Amino acid sequence: MAEAARLAMARTESVPVPASVPESASGSAPGVAGRWWSARRRERLTQVGFLLPAVLYLGAFFGYPVVKNVVMGFQHYTTATFYTGAAPWVGFANYLAVTGSAVFGRAVLNTVLFTVGSIAGQFTIGLAIAVFFHRRFPLGGMLRSLLLLPWLIPLIVSSAVWRWILDEDNGVLNRSLGGAHLPWLTSTSLALLAVVLVNIWIGIPFNTTILYGGLQDIPQELYEAAAMDGATGLRAFRYVTWPLLRPVVTVVLVLGVVYTLKVLDIILGLTNAGPANATQTLATQSYQLSFQRFDFGQGAALGNILIVVSLLFAVGYLRASRRAVQS
Amino acid sequence: MAQRRAVLATVLALAATIGLSGCGGGTGAGAGGPVTSLRVLDYYNNEPDTTIYAQTLDACGKQNGVTIDREVVPGAALIAKVLQQASSRTLPDVLMLDNPDLQQIAATGALAPISDFGLSSAGYADAVTAASTYQGAVYGLQPVANTIALFYNKDVLAKAGVAPPTTWDELKAAASRLTAGGRYGVAFSAAATYEGTWQFLPFMWSNGGDEKNITTPEVAQALQLWVDLVSSGSASRSVVTWDQADVREQFVAGNAAMMVNGPWQLPVLKQNPNLHYGVVPIPVPRAGEAPVAPLGGETWTIPRTGDTARQAKAAKIVECLNSDANQQSLATQRDTVPTRTSLDAAFAAQDPEMATFVSAVQGSRARTGELGPDWPKTATKIYTAIQTALTGSAPPPAALRQAQDG
Repeated sequence: MAEAARLAMARTESVPVPASVPESASGSAPGVAGRWWSARRRERLTQVGFLLPAVLYLGAFFGYPVVKNVVMGFQHYTTATFYTGAAPWVGFANYLAVTGSAVFGRAVLNTVLFTVGSIAGQFTIGLAIAVFFHRRFPLGGMLRSLLLLPWLIPLIVSSAVWRWILDEDNGVLNRSLGGAHLPWLTSTSLALLAVVLVNIWIGIPFNTTILYGGLQDIPQELYEAAAMDGATGLRAFRYVTWPLLRPVVTVVLVLGVVYTLKVLDIILGLTNAGPANATQTLATQSYQLSFQRFDFGQGAALGNILIVVSLLFAVGYLRASRRAVQS
Repeated sequence: MAQRRAVLATVLALAATIGLSGCGGGTGAGAGGPVTSLRVLDYYNNEPDTTIYAQTLDACGKQNGVTIDREVVPGAALIAKVLQQASSRTLPDVLMLDNPDLQQIAATGALAPISDFGLSSAGYADAVTAASTYQGAVYGLQPVANTIALFYNKDVLAKAGVAPPTTWDELKAAASRLTAGGRYGVAFSAAATYEGTWQFLPFMWSNGGDEKNITTPEVAQALQLWVDLVSSGSASRSVVTWDQADVREQFVAGNAAMMVNGPWQLPVLKQNPNLHYGVVPIPVPRAGEAPVAPLGGETWTIPRTGDTARQAKAAKIVECLNSDANQQSLATQRDTVPTRTSLDAAFAAQDPEMATFVSAVQGSRARTGELGPDWPKTATKIYTAIQTALTGSAPPPAALRQAQDG
């Protein structure tokens, strides 16, 4: 807002300069106009100076990789490219190859199921736990910090442990289900569900933490006022908590989607995207194309598709957070 | 407006300068001057391999008047590291590669043929030479090799009165008879990784299957054998998630009476004094046939660093690692097989446990022998077909056809 105002002011200030006089001439000419110009220029330089570090950082660490990845998607980029630098332009051949492969449809469907399932589970359980801990009770703080544990364990470790838990023959889960032989990770119909369940477990701390923070921001007086009007329990949640938590909810959901779309290590650790591609997602497929089959062009093409999907959600996030600031 | 464009141009120019200066450095030590140390890169990051190679490399360095500056990375990170070094022209003087990766890296042009330094792979097992050859030139020397065979629990087999199987029919019968209670007859890895493909190859190759066309009846029959073992309950359905270390754990824990695995598991097996195991070749389709197992192990190469003096010294180190004495000592210490065939007889006599692996390596085949750098693509298709068939999604011939077309 302030930025726009300053720009508008700058535009009106430049009106007094006669249209016939070139800018360079007015700059070198002595007098009131000249001094006024140099002051303005100095201010501009300061602004640029403050902007420069951020622009350089964004350009080097975000702009370059994204542009490189987009370009790579149109190239025949192999191991040889790393040494020779030769990467022939192939147009949309990589995109046609990855979208035309038999695995693609499966991977898209799995990505959607994995993302929707994970987010639904993480959010519902996360919100329930956040609301529960919002009430004060003995040891509440300690229990709440224990909840963060899944977040603190390296993903590769938790996926190894879950592989033991979910083992068909000797896993703890099947044993505690009374010796059931549920093929959690070995059947094509259950593996995706198992992977989603593990990802829900990992995502709960994130959802709980952010939502708990949102709940803390809701003034206690509102609940007291609502109680006077007869709204307690579920009604209080429906008419006080939920509307006021909405901006935070949007942020949690959009960030959750972006984080879930790119999940790689959990799936690779649990099933290696198997059995028979049952847990293959766009992210795992992109990884395998690039780093196991060394077809970096196709891997990049698939990665770009994933980036575009994430970008759509990121735009949604920006709009949602702007709305949250305004309200 | 013009001003803003000028500012943008300055920013871009600055970014470009920084970017360029970031990539410019480190183009090797330059030619000339005596060579006092050599950079070596390998992936032996576990004991006892780390120490064994450290000692061998240091001894070779001493012999050639250089110190060894060794870098060890985890196995999974090696190729990424090599590609990064190839693009920044910072490849080490001596580079170790897993043998199926050699052609992939040689195809980039980053490696020098060993004949440039007067070395040759004459006298090595055929598969070893094939694995280190790309388009007619040999790019690496592999001092020791491994492969896979069938391990069996002597006590369990004796109790059940079952002899170690030699043919597919015997394997099915033995596995079925040995399955009891919580124990499976046999364990193998059918993971959705190259490990699954690697374990399937001896069955596929021994039956006359070929990676150039995986839709043949020979490949389908081999896959049917695995499907039979799993669907009859002689092998766990979990084989589709097990890697070879998982398979070993099942065997050590007594959950499997037999397993397909390699000699690198021997140190762990020896730590269990109550486990009495034997090793026999992988069963073949019909009695009297010779099994064809895939060649495993790492090859040592000389990257083109642009400094002839350093490359010549590097070749000396590779030659030293492959000397008769070092092949023997590496093989003995690491439970692997010397690759120079003249050493085989003495080595097999000295260690009967390794005799099975010695003959298996002699008759082995290189994974990249036929397809070269295209091998990863087919290897992916093979493990996809294995998984499709073992999970019951499609019968073997259809599973192989789907994978071939996909």
